[in-house]
Amino acid sequence: MTSEPSVVEVTLESDLKNLEVAEEIVRRVAGTAGFGEESEHQIEMAVHESMINAIWHGNKNDASKRVWLRFEIYKDRLEIHIRDQGVGFNISEVPDPCSEDNLLKVSGRGIFLIRTFMDEFHVKHLPGSGTEVTLVKRIDPAQQPK
Amino acid sequence: MSMKATIRQVDSVVVVDISGRITLGEGCAQLRELIRDQLGKGNKRVLLNLADVTYIDSSGIGELVSAFTAVSNQGGQLKLLNLTKKVHDLLQITKLYTVFDIHDDEAKAISSFQKA
Repeated sequence: MTSEPSVVEVTLESDLKNLEVAEEIVRRVAGTAGFGEESEHQIEMAVHESMINAIWHGNKNDASKRVWLRFEIYKDRLEIHIRDQGVGFNISEVPDPCSEDNLLKVSGRGIFLIRTFMDEFHVKHLPGSGTEVTLVKRIDPAQQPK
Repeated sequence: MSMKATIRQVDSVVVVDISGRITLGEGCAQLRELIRDQLGKGNKRVLLNLADVTYIDSSGIGELVSAFTAVSNQGGQLKLLNLTKKVHDLLQITKLYTVFDIHDDEAKAISSFQKA
């Protein structure tokens, strides 16, 4: 039997000023899940970058749109779902920012950082209603508070 | 907390002490404006002191790259001083650590400009 996760859900206006609100929630959730300081910062950055993608690229900085965040804390992992109202993107078309041709480009590092910092990263298109990304970070039992 | 920048002149080098967040929006715009302003004044030797930077995101990293390119294109040099562990790690992950000339001693950083 799979145990039920602890869930935190929040809906935010699609506005960059809400980045810090999301980060504060992430810190609390990650702390509750038992992550150490470094993992907590990595999760915070991954959510920050995902939120920017949702607000800026997905919702085109339209404050009348929304971003939904859902945190699911399982015994062995933290799953974070971030949904916007945009048309989405093709993950296979995102260029490698570390290649020689792209190294000095100003943008294009967000997805790379998310993938680096999280154990799993998935993109799901929801026809007619938006795009949802899922970030997963596994919980190291050794880091769990006793 | 937003970004704050204080500018000092040390010999021929403009030292910019940056604190706070270099993130999409205000922080990045401030840094871009600051570099444009210094280049406009003919200051082409720039040392960014990042000791008190609490947070930098992918846009902030992009802004550092943009500053580096803008100064280099004018025949100048932009170097970095006192990276925090978080910024250091991000520059390593993104393979930019070798692009920038990075120092942890201000006097040595200043003299490295004079040798150039």
